[in-house]
Amino acid sequence: MPQNLRPFPALTLGLAIALSPMTTALAQEPPSREEMWRTIQAQQKQLQALTKKLAKTTKKAETTEKKVEASEERIEATGAMVEQVREASNAQPGWWQKTQIGGYGELHYNGGDKEEIDFHRFVLFVGHDFTDSIRFFSELELEHSIAGDGKSGEIELEQAYIEIDFSEFHRTTLGLQMIPIGILNETHEPPTFFGVERNPIESNIVPSTWWEGGAKFSGELWEGISYDAMVHSGLETPTTGSSAFKIRNGRNKVSNASASDGAYTGRLRWTALPGVEFGVTGQYQSDLTQGVIDTSATLFEVHTDVRQGPWGLRALFARWDLRGIAPEAIGRDVQQGWYVEPSYRFQTQIGEVGVFTRFNEWDNNAGSNGDTQFQQIDFGFNYWPHEDVVLKLDFQVQDAPAGETEDDRVNLGLGFQF
Amino acid sequence: MMGVCFFTRPSFAIDTYQNPENFLKEAFPNATPQAKILWITKTRGEVARRILGHNFGALRQRYWRNGERTVWILDEIGKMHPITTGILVEGGAIKRIRVLIYRESRGGEVRYPFFTEQFEGATLTKNLKLDRHIDGISGATLSVRALTHLAELALYLHGEAINTP
Repeated sequence: MPQNLRPFPALTLGLAIALSPMTTALAQEPPSREEMWRTIQAQQKQLQALTKKLAKTTKKAETTEKKVEASEERIEATGAMVEQVREASNAQPGWWQKTQIGGYGELHYNGGDKEEIDFHRFVLFVGHDFTDSIRFFSELELEHSIAGDGKSGEIELEQAYIEIDFSEFHRTTLGLQMIPIGILNETHEPPTFFGVERNPIESNIVPSTWWEGGAKFSGELWEGISYDAMVHSGLETPTTGSSAFKIRNGRNKVSNASASDGAYTGRLRWTALPGVEFGVTGQYQSDLTQGVIDTSATLFEVHTDVRQGPWGLRALFARWDLRGIAPEAIGRDVQQGWYVEPSYRFQTQIGEVGVFTRFNEWDNNAGSNGDTQFQQIDFGFNYWPHEDVVLKLDFQVQDAPAGETEDDRVNLGLGFQF
Repeated sequence: MMGVCFFTRPSFAIDTYQNPENFLKEAFPNATPQAKILWITKTRGEVARRILGHNFGALRQRYWRNGERTVWILDEIGKMHPITTGILVEGGAIKRIRVLIYRESRGGEVRYPFFTEQFEGATLTKNLKLDRHIDGISGATLSVRALTHLAELALYLHGEAINTP
């Protein structure tokens, strides 16, 4: 073997290894014309099959689109039919579409100086719309569950009036209706105020709930400023005994009530800031005794009711001035009171909770020189599991003048409105 | 009854504070788009019921849309009568709310801008409530509640409408 060939085998081996794929490929023979023809034919068949499938799918899609269009037409027709039926039934309104029912109720437990459980009020509202501008509203109340001879309850018609809108901003109200005064007199459903019982100023000085028979004009003077002007039946207070000239005892409730001496009430309300109300009311009673002892009287009341976010504040002052020797003699020529009630509300997972405290002072004998003033502090909370349902717990601590009974209590209440 | 007959009612519609057509013109100054329909399907009906506290009552709800802006004319009962309200929603927030027809005898203060301005910019939380507290006018609590629910409903329906092709 020639000597110059010896490195050559290694190089040859290396090259052979490196080039082996290429050589393998080069070792495959190119397909013959027959093989190529068979491959093309097979691919042609596949192409034809796919084209057929595509045509089928396209047709299916077209059919589906047509079906969807047809369904949409049917749904549209059904929807239109449903609405037509609804409109037809609304066009011939049954009595239930123009008559409304509502109401409220409250159950009280009073403990402490007074131990009592009582379904204090059950109230039904019935309203009816005669036209868009003439409507009827009524309020019927059952107090203390059972009315009748010897029973502690009463059935009372508290409101029954016709209201007529005579322009965009003004209306007149004729019949039995609430006096436009105070905070609670017109809005006293249980979920709307704190404390189980209504505050003592809006019981003893503003004798809520206070309604009379008469005619009222109300409306808006400007954005957020409204007025009420009412002429109505007057109070008839006793003139003898321990309740002589006491305001709350003067309510006749328009029940065979004396109508010899009427009264006039005017109110202005400002509500131009959301959540804030200021109200001022003036009243003139031509004769508080309806002819027994000529005693005219005037009432002045001013209040604010504020709710800003979670904070609330109510404050009210009311004062009666009676003109006559008889009330002066027993110190009832001035009767007045006031309260202030801050509160705070917050939402929880299970409803809204509110806490409050109220400081009250009132005196139905403010005209006398002696100590005849009552003071009361209330504090407690409301829990609203729903906006229209409330559970209440509060404590009241009273400071009565000498000779009077103090009434300290724990109160539990359940209230609702609908 | 005889006394009532003496008061003849003027022929204009009282308590209509703004015509729904005018509300639409204000909302779409260039041209009012054609009304669209949103179907109140089972899910939407259930959500609407949660918001209002009662059944929605309609199978289809008309609305107007231009881009991200929708307008809804909705009714809800205050104390005893329905309040017709126009609500303009844009980009998921209330842009404007107006009481169009008010039928209650009390609480009409809710139609004034000083009250309705509180809703501007309000959005819906995931609890389907407004993102803010609306201060109520004394004596109009039920009307305030009705408007609040309508604002919440409009925000929800806006979301549904925007996502519907």
